[in-house]
Amino acid sequence: MIKSYKFRRALANTIIYIILGVMCIIWVMPFVYLLLHSLRLDGAPVGNGEVLPRQFTFQNYIDLFTGQSSNAEVQAQSLNFPRWFLNTFVVAIFSCIISTLSVLMVSYTFSRLRFGARKTLMNIAMILGMFPGFMTMIAMYYLLKIMGLQGQMVSLVLCYSCGAGLGFQISKGFFDTIPRALDEAATIDGATRNQIFWKIILPMSKPIVVYTVLTAFIGPWTDFILAKIIMQDNYDNYTVAIGLQKMLANEYKTTYYQQFLAGSVVVAVPITLLFLKMQKYYVEGVTAGGVKG
Amino acid sequence: MTYVEYKQLNPFQKFAYNFKKFFKNLPGAVGRFFKTIGLAIVHFFVGIGKGFKNYGTTFVKGDWATKLSYIIFGFGDFHKGKYYKGILYFLVEVLYALFMIFFGGSQLALLPSLGYLKQYDYEDADGFTVTVLGHQSMQILLFATLTIVVTIVVFVVYISNIKDAYRHQVMRENGEKPTSLKTDAKEFLDGKYHITLLSFPILMISVFNILPLIFMILIAFTNYDGNAHNVLFDWVGLEKFGDLFNVLDSANKGKTFLGVAGWTLIWAVAATFSNYILGLIVALMINKKGIKLKSVFRTMFVITIAVPQFVSLLVMNQILAEEGALNLLLGTRINFLGGEPWVARLTVILVNCWVGIPYTILSMSGILMNIPEDLYESARIDGASPYKTFTKITLPYMIFVTTPQLITQFVGNINNFNVIFLLTNGSPTNPDYFSAGYTDILVTWLYNISMGGGKKDYGLASAIGILVFIICATLSLIIYNNSKSMKDEEAFS
Repeated sequence: MIKSYKFRRALANTIIYIILGVMCIIWVMPFVYLLLHSLRLDGAPVGNGEVLPRQFTFQNYIDLFTGQSSNAEVQAQSLNFPRWFLNTFVVAIFSCIISTLSVLMVSYTFSRLRFGARKTLMNIAMILGMFPGFMTMIAMYYLLKIMGLQGQMVSLVLCYSCGAGLGFQISKGFFDTIPRALDEAATIDGATRNQIFWKIILPMSKPIVVYTVLTAFIGPWTDFILAKIIMQDNYDNYTVAIGLQKMLANEYKTTYYQQFLAGSVVVAVPITLLFLKMQKYYVEGVTAGGVKG
Repeated sequence: MTYVEYKQLNPFQKFAYNFKKFFKNLPGAVGRFFKTIGLAIVHFFVGIGKGFKNYGTTFVKGDWATKLSYIIFGFGDFHKGKYYKGILYFLVEVLYALFMIFFGGSQLALLPSLGYLKQYDYEDADGFTVTVLGHQSMQILLFATLTIVVTIVVFVVYISNIKDAYRHQVMRENGEKPTSLKTDAKEFLDGKYHITLLSFPILMISVFNILPLIFMILIAFTNYDGNAHNVLFDWVGLEKFGDLFNVLDSANKGKTFLGVAGWTLIWAVAATFSNYILGLIVALMINKKGIKLKSVFRTMFVITIAVPQFVSLLVMNQILAEEGALNLLLGTRINFLGGEPWVARLTVILVNCWVGIPYTILSMSGILMNIPEDLYESARIDGASPYKTFTKITLPYMIFVTTPQLITQFVGNINNFNVIFLLTNGSPTNPDYFSAGYTDILVTWLYNISMGGGKKDYGLASAIGILVFIICATLSLIIYNNSKSMKDEEAFS
């Protein structure tokens, strides 16, 4: 009897292993395809009959960053990946600084300070979050156009960081779990709210601060639609996301397909690593439940 | 039904009971929702009424300086020796007056007609064509919105000026001296710290979120179609909303709306439930006792989330193309993304599973690990089989905890722009639709007719946006009203 129970369990586990294994292969396969084909030697576009490449080279990556292309006439066109990469990096740094500050400031205020308009403001923030994003994006484009900022990188920074204050829920939730006794003790010792924020709450919230920083930094790398609306045809100020999509446009695809794959790998690897790091801090922040006083 | 009775039911009866309860409670939840909104509106008007009352009584009770503050900002403060604040208030008034005279006033005056001067060309003495710019409705609308927002802000300042003047009057009557600039500045780091912290984010949100939002809502009531020649346009009232439901319309707008809205609904339901059920199954498999390499499996799935979505979706798009890897592998030439409508729709849902299941696994794994271990322990002591513990403990717990998440995901899927846009971009196109294809959902259609390359209709796009907002907001508010964590916010502090 015991033997058959063990056997049944082993059988169930084997079936589960097989299912999970197959699913993992399905899930990871597209990325393997991406990686292998980004290293493919032959410059020919898709559809030459081979699913797995036979010869490997780093030439695609070198081409991507030197702006060289096997086709001379194509080189004159303004697809400049290194520039896009730099653009995205600069935008990400600035919007990261501004958004992190806004998010932390707003969440501290709503978590710790009590004032008349608090509930009203929180409700307004919630309602604003429910509008579909594009409604504001399209109007934002006209606003920036009238300000003379359309197609500029400044406007990207503004757009990424302006609404950041609305995403205060997660860090507010974290601040809520820090015992209020700490604030009270500090107040008795004569600390102002300002000092409590910078000297007590922030140092205790490392996981959630790192999480906020990483989320804000990753945003511009993965955003697609807002950048497309603002940049339109201003290729020089493109970010990597719209730049890579541009490489797949019909007129570029034949020559740039390999570079598109290489570029995707170049963007995906660091962002994936950062994301995994961020996930770790998120779990730490949520499960730690603050600092038990 | 009492608790004991409930406990004696079998899982299916329990499910049926909960199912029935959910729908029985639904009218109540919807009713509560409207009651909350109603109360909010009543509160709003009561607040305005109170404001008017205070406005009057303060005027009656105020001395001459306070009374003068009703016309000249900051006069009361200045008179009571609070010089810097008085000057600041006065400066606001002067700046606002200049703003209205040189800019805002004319824009507001043009708002009802949205401009009437047409752009025209004429030949000057040398035979060159000169273009004389006329009014631009878009600009007028935007500037008028800006003027209205500025006016509201100045009005708030005006009210606070009166309150402050009266406060200082009372302080003088009690023999108190106004506080100095230094004390006030210090107060902004302590008692009024919320103003210091919130002013910057609120300014940013007002300019880049609220202003565009009001602007877009207003656009829904005009006949602007987004084409370059359309510089002048007019108010049309609710015509655009009417277009959405007018099935007999020659431009097929109403027909497109019904078709696209129907597919959006199917898509949202299919995408949400497929992700939820499959994700739950996989999460249970990974977290099953005796399965090794848990973290390896989990990482494999998390990688899909971690890779930027545009990369994974564009790669998927290439793999599924007519000459793509999948067709090479199968030796076929199926057009997954642009051929038969239902093939494309099915493909989109399947690819969305590929994108979405890892998210479900991630959140479910966290919840599964949080189920109290003693529940299982006592079940084991009582001699429950693994199957029993699963149906009696794991499943009810999961369904209980994750139901709100399900609704959030549903709302998210209604707004799921990326998957559709990057994967199929709406194709295959439907010749009977107005600038839309078979796989377009409401938000991608909104994009097509406002920023896309085909036929445009801006006013219609805004109307769609408002409708999507109403649907999503209603759903979200119902969950929000009923969720526990919002009710006892301070449970842990």
